Amino acid sequence: MRRVAILGVGLTEVKEHWDKSLRKLFVEAATAALKDAGLDVNQLDAMYVANMSSGYLQGQEHLGSLLSTWLGAKGIPACKIEAACASGGVAFHQAFLAVASGLYDYVLVGGVEKMSDAITSDILTALMMADDQDYIAPTGVTFVGLNALVYRYYMAKYRVRQEDIALMAVHDHEYAANNPYAQFRNRITLDQVLSSPLVADPIHLLESSPIGDGAAALILGPLERSKGEVVVEVAGSSVATDNLSLQLREDITTMYATIKASREAYRMAKVEPKDVDVIEMHDAFTILGVINLEDLGFAEKGKGVELIKEGEIEIGGKVPSNLFGGLKARGHPVGATGLYQLIEVVWQLRGEAGKNQVEGAEIGLAQNVGGVGSTVSVNILRRVK
Amino acid sequence: MGVPSVPRVWREIKYKYNLIGSKCVKCGKACYPPLTVCPYCGGKEVREVKLPERGKVISYTIIRYAPRGFEKLVPYVVALIELVDGTRLISQLTDVEPEEVSIGMEVEAVFRRLREQGNSGIIEYGLKFRPLRR
Amino acid sequence: MRPSKEAHIVGYGAYVPIYSIRDKEIARVWGRSSPVPVEQKSVIGPDEDSITLAVQAAKYALMRANLDGSDIGVIFTGTESKPYAVKPISTVVAEAIGATPNVVAADLEFACKAATTALQALIGMVSSDMVKYGMVIGVDTAQGRPGDELEYTAGCGSAALILGRESRDAIARIEASSSYVTDTPDFWRREGQIFPNHAFRFTGEPAYFKHIIRAAKALLEELGLRPTDYDYIVLHQPNVKYPIKVAKLLGFPKEKVLPGLLSPVIGNSYAAASLIGLCKVFDQASPGQRVLLVSFGSGAGSDAFSIVMEEGIKERRDRAPKLEEILKVRRQLDYALYAKYRGLIRD
Repeated sequence: MRRVAILGVGLTEVKEHWDKSLRKLFVEAATAALKDAGLDVNQLDAMYVANMSSGYLQGQEHLGSLLSTWLGAKGIPACKIEAACASGGVAFHQAFLAVASGLYDYVLVGGVEKMSDAITSDILTALMMADDQDYIAPTGVTFVGLNALVYRYYMAKYRVRQEDIALMAVHDHEYAANNPYAQFRNRITLDQVLSSPLVADPIHLLESSPIGDGAAALILGPLERSKGEVVVEVAGSSVATDNLSLQLREDITTMYATIKASREAYRMAKVEPKDVDVIEMHDAFTILGVINLEDLGFAEKGKGVELIKEGEIEIGGKVPSNLFGGLKARGHPVGATGLYQLIEVVWQLRGEAGKNQVEGAEIGLAQNVGGVGSTVSVNILRRVK
Repeated sequence: MGVPSVPRVWREIKYKYNLIGSKCVKCGKACYPPLTVCPYCGGKEVREVKLPERGKVISYTIIRYAPRGFEKLVPYVVALIELVDGTRLISQLTDVEPEEVSIGMEVEAVFRRLREQGNSGIIEYGLKFRPLRR
Repeated sequence: MRPSKEAHIVGYGAYVPIYSIRDKEIARVWGRSSPVPVEQKSVIGPDEDSITLAVQAAKYALMRANLDGSDIGVIFTGTESKPYAVKPISTVVAEAIGATPNVVAADLEFACKAATTALQALIGMVSSDMVKYGMVIGVDTAQGRPGDELEYTAGCGSAALILGRESRDAIARIEASSSYVTDTPDFWRREGQIFPNHAFRFTGEPAYFKHIIRAAKALLEELGLRPTDYDYIVLHQPNVKYPIKVAKLLGFPKEKVLPGLLSPVIGNSYAAASLIGLCKVFDQASPGQRVLLVSFGSGAGSDAFSIVMEEGIKERRDRAPKLEEILKVRRQLDYALYAKYRGLIRD
């Protein structure tokens, strides 16, 4: 297996892009990534598109051919990769494998989601497609509702207070203030979070990732051909799944897929959690941030909030997390989210994170979750020079 | 719901109306819906079983923004229920006000309308759970 | 009509949704100052319809009969509020209780007497040994046009009876039945219309009263029995006034009507009304007591039945919730929630 490096990154701001279509967003991010890598589109050997809901929300499938047409990547092997909200991380894993195998040299992995074209009830319907349509969707539960089941159960099981869990949202907004690509760059208070409307009790609106559009792209290539002063390598890459629905899990507060994928990624990268300098993890709802910290190996079960309360997820803490706003404030353009996370880790390792820079960061981790822990990708990046 | 479909609903009727799950011959655990392998131990020998129609709420949420087809029911409660045999399932609760629901509340299955495929399509029926009546 | 062998009732079950609205609340919305016909009426929840109500009554009846759905050879449902204009209620009930596929199933329509007519057909099938057990369900989720007189009474509910040949441990036996039918357009609903129409005072004397009295008298005559031979009379109950008045005309005192009179608290449950009343009597009657059941269906006709309580009632009664228990859990709706649950709010 060849060593794989990230040669370039590109992205759009996350927001309601009323004036831009799915294809325009994708091309914007992909073009920026190619420019960052110093490559021409004709040099690409393959392209993977991460997306969840183009079929339902846009009535558009066959994104591989559509987007290669609009990008001008004539004849390129291309396809869409879908794993609900983990589409980005999973597509990145496929791109990694493609380059590592030696079959392709330059691979573009781009994620895109265009949500704002649809109305809320259709978006809720689309997101619920991450779970069982024969047995779970007919209950009328929403994706937020499924996470709310986890949230309430977690509080009862570990006797953790909501005001501690909700701090995750305050944290996210704090850092998004310095991220020009973030959907929400305003700071918020815990009081604002807890007094915001309930979406699916106990989850408040300000504990939930917003609906937005965005695209993000990375160019992967063989490490030996990477140029530039700083080189970022894919040190570990893993994907794991769990029983799709919560009702088939023995403990709904533990995401087995996160444990499995992260341990495999740590093993590949030959690192332990304590070696990781910065992480971007999938806090689509505040409770997920807490659970992710635990399942990634940074805290014992039931103790995730301690890290948040004690400042350990801030710059200078034990595990600086979501330093560009996380899913709550950077936003969550579903299929692209995993790639936004990876780009943010690349910025940290390249030393391009500006005010949110973790000084001297060498090892970064990105965790991307699809469904309620049904699919998890963990990618570990390392600065090699 | 994606494209409305009659056969897709029809073929699950037995499992939905009568709460038929599967039970692993090896580890003895039951699950719902019925799978052809055991989701817990990976056992390949499973049998269909009638699951008990009573259980208790182990977690719940109040849906205030509904997906398509459920808009007129809001606010409604969806719960994770543990049946008396330990099998878990997610179900909507009915005949109950959101503020009356609590963890540990005993519930029983009732036959209700789950959703409609529009005004002229079929009506999907199945089980929901209500507070235990006796 | 007397069968050569008597059919026995081996199970019964009734169900009324937990929601209710008081007539004074409806009167408040429409500014009505005249007396209201019932105190309150039952209202279906947003996820209920005739099918779900029928299934609940059928399940309770099976519990009392101590039978599995697969023991049931016939399911007849009488109703005038069908969720599907074409597609039976009875097949869904059969599937939900596990009676499929070797079962006779169909829905009958004769306004509020469809279920008692189905009961007559079932008596024939059971008495002739065609089937061992059969079920009759009366169910309705009646709609009255907002502001119309019917809105004050159009209620909902369901009742199921299981008939069998066996005589040991039966709940009751049915001695005989009669029918009286004419073409009398007192109440109707045209195809495609949501709400029914009625002929106001014409629904009384030439319709309800005449048909019930003629059917009841024919039955008593055939059996050689008098009102004093009966402990209870159960009648179709569109309101409170009519059943008490018709009983009086037949020579039954109020005390024999009241045990089977639920219209004051559930309104008019249409095709379920007389059978729910019968279930209410079953909840309290003793072996050996005799019950006269007379339904009325607009259009118009009445079916009368003479029923004698058996020993099995004592033990079977408590195997499923009694009506008193069912009506204990009630949620009073204001008109706004009533309109929401009944789908009266348009998009």
